[in-house]
This record gives sequence, structure tokens and C-alpha cells, in this order.
Amino acid sequence: MTGVSATQAPVAEHGGNGAVRTGRRIRQVRELGILLALVLLVAITTLTNPNFLSSQSVRDLLLGATLLTILAVGQSMVIITRNVDLSVGSTLGLSAFATGTLFVSLPALPIPVVALAGVLVGTVCGAVNGALVAAARVPALVVTLGTLYAFRGIGHWWAAGEQINAADMPDTFLGLGRVAVLNIPAPALIALAVVLTAGWYLGSYRSGRELYAVGSDPQAARLVGIPVDRRVFFPFVVNGSLAGLAGVLYAARFGTLDATVGTGLELEVVAAAVVGGVAIFGGSGTVYGAALGAMLLTTIGAALPMLRVDPFWQQAVVGLLIIVAIGLDRLLVLRAARRLRGGESRGA
Amino acid sequence: MAPDVTTPPAGGTALPPRPAGQRSVLQRVLATRESSVIGALLVSILAASLLVDGFASGRNSGFLILDIAAIALIALPMTLVIVTGEIDLSVASTLGLTSAVMGQLWVIGLPLETIAVLCLVLGALLGAVNGLLVTVAGLPSLAVTIGTMAMYRGLAYVILGDQAVADFPFSWTGGATARLSGTPIPWIALLIIVLAVVFGLLLHATPFGRSLYAIGSNDEAARFSGIPVLRTKLVLFIASGTVASLAGVFWTLQYGSARADNAFGLELSVVAAVLLGGVSIFGGKGALLGVLGGVLLLGTIRNALQLADVSSDMLSIVTGTLLVVSVVLPNAIERVRARRRTAEPPS
Repeated sequence: MTGVSATQAPVAEHGGNGAVRTGRRIRQVRELGILLALVLLVAITTLTNPNFLSSQSVRDLLLGATLLTILAVGQSMVIITRNVDLSVGSTLGLSAFATGTLFVSLPALPIPVVALAGVLVGTVCGAVNGALVAAARVPALVVTLGTLYAFRGIGHWWAAGEQINAADMPDTFLGLGRVAVLNIPAPALIALAVVLTAGWYLGSYRSGRELYAVGSDPQAARLVGIPVDRRVFFPFVVNGSLAGLAGVLYAARFGTLDATVGTGLELEVVAAAVVGGVAIFGGSGTVYGAALGAMLLTTIGAALPMLRVDPFWQQAVVGLLIIVAIGLDRLLVLRAARRLRGGESRGA
Repeated sequence: MAPDVTTPPAGGTALPPRPAGQRSVLQRVLATRESSVIGALLVSILAASLLVDGFASGRNSGFLILDIAAIALIALPMTLVIVTGEIDLSVASTLGLTSAVMGQLWVIGLPLETIAVLCLVLGALLGAVNGLLVTVAGLPSLAVTIGTMAMYRGLAYVILGDQAVADFPFSWTGGATARLSGTPIPWIALLIIVLAVVFGLLLHATPFGRSLYAIGSNDEAARFSGIPVLRTKLVLFIASGTVASLAGVFWTLQYGSARADNAFGLELSVVAAVLLGGVSIFGGKGALLGVLGGVLLLGTIRNALQLADVSSDMLSIVTGTLLVVSVVLPNAIERVRARRRTAEPPS
């Protein structure tokens, strides 16, 4: 192996910049691909049923995509560091229920304080996951599978079969989805802000770039002096907070809350990220892609009934899409590797 | 086989002597993950028998076994899959799709014997799809099986919608939960034991099984040492799919109802049981005995909590905490030990 790399050294040296550029082009091709699929889907559906682009249904679509988009952004940051958080559905449920409970027990509290408390519940959950993964060095899949059950159990125990209804919450809070700027509902704007902030951080900040380094090769990242544990911990906290935010928005949108809120959401979120081109083994992908993935999955759900396709097909189509997406990723990586002639041919 | 030198299986009966350790055989056996799982199982059975009314009855142990039958069956091939460093999250959906197909074929009017055989073939095919995507296409199994999890479940809905087929003849549904004559033990326990022995021998007593540890420890090194890595993984995914559909046939008859959403979310319970049994999620480590202990431990706790009328939320908390602690604790002990080892002057 050493002999091979010695002969390749000049190529790698020379192609260093090219590798970065090729990598960036792959991402662009990949994200344009999803955008294209999304546009095509919307176009075909609109041609079949012009109602699809009515302002009401667009607003519904944006509202529907909000939660999944926010969750997919947080999940992507975790996956980029070669980890995963399966507990997001439970975290969302816990935070949504906490938000509702606060409204019931302390009606005098101002809405922003309650919302902040809901987000903080998520932050705490994320910090627990992050601490277990980063400090105790336990594989993220195992930790978050454990906390998936634990957080859900705590939610059940806390709720004790109770349900919180819309009547228990202030109207201003429940009306959040009806507030709109330029016909874009407020929650969708929040999601947009989350996507842009996270994208900017990952793209332009040193610590953001280091998340990719950690995900590509944790050991090499450690050797070059990146504080790997901190870089692994931080995305979990962000992801938990975003799941908390999604929980607050869930409470505002649906009004009816019990301990089962968000059950089974985790794999849908991972699917959105993967469809959006975030490699499951870390080191590559963007939150823009993940957001587009979330949009695409939501749009499929909304478009199929409009196209008069049996809604029972939805899940099968989503599954197929996931496999096509990762297949495409693999193909792009193989082509890039061939172009770089073995420079960076680590399989995705 | 060459790779054995570099990758001693954690749970093998013949552990190679450690150069640094002067611990006795007994100490070494007690230090394995399997023995701590089995120990926890015995403690929980003892505690449940003493504290929970009605736990220690033959009738109840029959119910307990029926309750964990599907998880126990699917956990067997899952262990082998995870030992090679892969994962199959599509098993519960395979179970659901099998159930849907079984219901539809019964509606059409095929005899159940034929249906059962067709269902097993279907499971093998579904497993082969996973296996081919992982091996030939070279895709990560975590992502592939999240995809096929959605796809297989989706196809189940396409076939059966939200309807249920529940008019299976009693000779079959009653037969599924029938007890071995004169005992409270359901016959499915026998099938689980037979399959456990088969998979256990395969994993721990054959070159094939040894090669799984080699693949799980270092995929590339295993390939260079001549192990047919891709073919091995394909076989395991086919086994996983086949057993999942076997569990699907059993599940459908056990509950007398073919539904597309049967066993929804069961994949995470199976993975949790396997990991609790001491199998490393990164592959290369684990033993089937530990997994059986893990399945039984979760089943015992669930059963005891139900009998004690503790609501099911405690079960989630216990399951989650157990899973995390079971991995954190050995890790912490190992790190403390490593620190002590480096602190001591090298002998």
C-alpha cells in the first residue's frame, strides 16, 4: 500500500485543488438533481391538477414540509460527523408535550418563554446523546436507539395517558401557522432561517468545516488537532434543540398533544437527509440538500393524491427514491474517483 | 483460516490465552458479555418470580415465549448480519409484506401450505434485493435497508391497503399457538431452539462463521485473505429475509390477522435485543448465546412489568436505559483498565 501511495503522491499534490472542485461539482450536480426532481414533480402534478399550485395548497405544502426540513437540517449535521440520532422523534414528542403542559400549568407565562422552554427540553435531550457519544465513546446508533426508548418512556410517564387539546393553549400560539409574510407562513420562514444559518455555518466557519473532517476520518481529524469530541458533541446539541423547536411548532400546528407525538419520525428524517445527498457514513452532504430532500418527500405525499395515485403507493415510492438516491451518490463518487484516478476513492 | 489469528471472536468458547492476563478460565468466562447478560436474565427472572404474582407459572412462561417469538426468530440471522458489520432494518417491513401477501393469497384461495412456501420464497427474494444492493451495488446497508424498509412496508399497503384478512382456519391459527403435548411450552419454542442451534453452530463452529468475524473486523483484510466477502454477505441478507418472512407467517397465524402494518417498528426492538446481547454495532464481536439472553431479558422485563400492572412506559425507559448502560459500562471499565495498564510499568 505504501508503495502505491508513494507513486501517487505527485498526482495527489497536483490534484488537491481539483479534488475539492470535483467534490463541490458533485454536490452541485446532486442537489440540482433533487431540485430538478422536485420541479418536475410539481410541474407534472400541476398540469394534471391545476389546484396543486393554488396559494392555499402551496401554503399547506410549506407548512407540512416545515417540521421535516428543520429535523433534516439537524440530522444532517449529526450524520456529517459520521453519527446518527435516532431519538429525534421522541425528543420532538417530549418537547411538544412540555410546551403544552407549560401552557396548561402556567397560563400567565408569555408565549416566547414557553417556546424557549420547549426548545430547551430538546437541547437537554441532545446534550444527553452528545455526552454519551462523545465522552463515553458509545456508538451513536446504540445510544440514540436507547434514548429513543428512554425519552419516549419519560414522555409516556409524564403524560400518564393525558391529552392536551387546542383549547388549553392560547390562540395567538395556535395561529402561528396563519401568520404569513408574502404568503409564506411563519413556520416555513423559521425553517428557511434554520436552513440558511446551518448552511452558512457548515460552509464558512472553521468549526463547521471541521465537522466534515471529523466525519471523513475521525482519527485523521484527531491527529491534525481538531477537538473531535467537541465537534461530535455540538451537532447533537444543535439537533436536539432543532427537534425541540420542531416540537414547539408541532404543538402550535396540531394543538392536540399526547405522549405518542412524533413516533417513528426518526427514520423518515434520516431518509430525507439521505435522499438529499448526505452520505450515511459522514463527511459529505449539505443541509441545503437535506432540506430539498425533506421538501421532495413531503411533496410526494401531497402530489400522489392529486395525481389520483392510490395514496397507499406513497411509502413504496419513497423507499424506491431512497435507494435511487444512494445509488446515484455511489455512481457520482465512482465517476469522480475515476476522474481523479485513485486520488480520493473512498467509497461513500 | 488465517484471519482467526487477528480476530478472536469475543464470545467463542475457545478464547486464546491472553499474554497479559493471569486470570483463570472461570474469571475469563465471567468477564464475557454473554455471562453478564445471562446473569442479568437470571436475576430478573428470580426477582420477577419473587415479586410478581403469577410470573412463575407455566401458563405465563408460555405467553412470554409467544410474545417474544418473532423477535427471537429475527434476531438470529440479525446477529450474523451485525457481526459482519452490516445491518438489516427492513426485517419488520419484510414481515409486514409477507403478512399482506399471505392474506391476499388466502383471499384468492390458495391452500395455506402453498402460501407458506411462497411466503418463504418471497422473504428470500426480499433479502436478496437487500443483499444485491449492498454487495453488487456497494451501497451502505444502513441506508439501503432504511429504503427497503419504506419500500416493503409501502408494497404491503399497496397489496392489502388498510384492510385485514382474518378468516384463516382455526386449525392453523390455533395450531400456531399450540403447546407441546402435556407442557405449557408452545411448539414455536422448539423451532426457535432448533434455529438457534443451527445459527449458533454456523457462527461459532464453522469456517463460515469464523469468516464473519473476520469480515466484521476488517472487510478489506478479509477479502485479501480469500474470504468471499460479497457472497457471504448476500447469503446472510437472504437468510435474514427468509427468517423475517417465516416470522411473518407465524405472526399472521398467531394473531389470526394479516395486516400491512403488522410488526410496525419491530426492527428497532430486534436490533436493541441483539445489541443488548453484546454484539458490537461495528461488527466483529458478539455471540449468539448473548443475543438469546438479550431477547429473553427484554421479554422477561416486559412480561413482569405487564403482570405487575406497571404501565408500558416504564418498559421503554428500562429498555432504553439498559441498552445504553450495557454499552457504556463495559466501555468505561475497559478505559479504566487501560489507564491502569499504562500506569503500571510494562512487565
